[in-house]
Amino acid sequence: MAVQTSSDTATHTSASPAFELKASSFTLPVIRLLALDMDAVEAQLAPKVEQAPGFFRNTPVVIELGALSQEAGTVAFPQLVGLLRGLGMIPVGVRGGSAPQNEAARAMELAILGDSTRAGRAAAEASVPDTRQGRRDADSSAEHGTETHAELSGSLLVDRPVRSGQRLYAAGGDLTVVGPVSSGAELMADGNIHVYGPLRGRVIAGLQGDLRSRIFCRDLQAELVSVAGHYRVSENIPTDLKGRSVQVFLDHQVLRIEPIA
Amino acid sequence: MARIIVITSGKGGVGKTTTAAAMAMGLAQRGHRTVVIDFDVGLRNLDLIMGCERRVVYDFVNVINGEANLNQALIRDKRCDSLYVLPASQTRDKDALTQEGVGKVLEDLGKGHDYIVCDSPAGIEHGATMAMYFADDAVVVTNPEVSSVRDSDRMLGILASKSRRAEEGGEPIKEHLLLTRYSPARVERGEMLSVDDVQEILSLNLLGVIPESQAVLNASNAGIPVVLDNESTAGMAYNDMVSRYLGEDLPMRFLEEERKGIFSRIFGG
Repeated sequence: MAVQTSSDTATHTSASPAFELKASSFTLPVIRLLALDMDAVEAQLAPKVEQAPGFFRNTPVVIELGALSQEAGTVAFPQLVGLLRGLGMIPVGVRGGSAPQNEAARAMELAILGDSTRAGRAAAEASVPDTRQGRRDADSSAEHGTETHAELSGSLLVDRPVRSGQRLYAAGGDLTVVGPVSSGAELMADGNIHVYGPLRGRVIAGLQGDLRSRIFCRDLQAELVSVAGHYRVSENIPTDLKGRSVQVFLDHQVLRIEPIA
Repeated sequence: MARIIVITSGKGGVGKTTTAAAMAMGLAQRGHRTVVIDFDVGLRNLDLIMGCERRVVYDFVNVINGEANLNQALIRDKRCDSLYVLPASQTRDKDALTQEGVGKVLEDLGKGHDYIVCDSPAGIEHGATMAMYFADDAVVVTNPEVSSVRDSDRMLGILASKSRRAEEGGEPIKEHLLLTRYSPARVERGEMLSVDDVQEILSLNLLGVIPESQAVLNASNAGIPVVLDNESTAGMAYNDMVSRYLGEDLPMRFLEEERKGIFSRIFGG
């Protein structure tokens, strides 16, 4: 996918390359439409957004039409796009629609995403419960003010252990865990991640590509560390850094793990 | 209202049912009105461990479906007046447990009892989540080996997010760790995780350590909860567990290998 223009071979171009073309994949929330009544959609969606405003703010979303295809009615895209934008989301595309539905979506400048083949759809569907559960874990911990404080910036503070199988995501901010993170747990943040207990799980900072994000921890035993897509698994982390206080950051596209004195 | 205790683990075969029977019997012996419920619909065992398998007429699922009332299904223990057993159904599957139905049964039981002990099935599926949903306390039974520890860790995560207390935003379930089948000799040889190793990974309030003991198997075969066997180390350790649960501060016992005397070495005592 990547088209690389090496400056050695392209000596006839005076300027250095202005861009690189790359492929990258993103995990986006999908809104699966089950009804055509946009007022009902708005009435049910608004309270959800209220529960986790940080999660939905400026979040690109995909509209899934697969469940509607048997119904004859048309989707009121202008109204739908309007209400999603009104709730702070950025609708970017549709998936699984019929030809006329796709046409209508295109008219609203929505991208037509994904393949509608059986396998593709089955795979997409199979992955849904997992992410949904993760979301709910994240959401449910965000709801309980006693343990977790969702701040205005989208940052998340957790002061109890993060267990195997739990996923936490601080959308648009930092994630701080005051407690252990078990092997099999997953921490994600658009910003930095701080862990004050032993870190044995997976940590992904700069989820949306922020190269300045860092991971800080006091006892590094992580299964995987990642900053803006550059990652290292446990096997590739030098043993002399394990169990120490470290920071993980990007230095000119190279992931570095350095002890903090 | 009764206090609801779930005995859970994620992994199978670690000693959940033995622990549930011990906890229930121990509480009842101390004068608390207690009922123990088998949530392992389709694979019931608690009745065997409690020695009441020949007295089962109606079961938990019958009560949920309204085919019998609670008094018909509850089996009073012959050794202890304040203990009742509510057996699981062997002929149904776990889908027979509905959240509404379970909630109703627990509410009714709560009126006449001090403690309700729920013996959870293995796994993290429907049966297990039903057993934990209404719990106030959770005892996570763990063997000192890595896969059991990881499964317990996963279970703790589910306890923190999928219970009634979590959904209603109340105080979280009180979590306790119980280490079972602990063998100090094997820990010494480095074949088994130590109490400290497990504590470091799970960081949880330690309710007890039950040593590996032949007495557990013997007790199960005889249908007598091992907590009644005060001669055995496992029986004593389970008694300590119940006392600790009720707030007593007792030192952990049986963490060191028993040094055999010269006579027992010679005569294999």
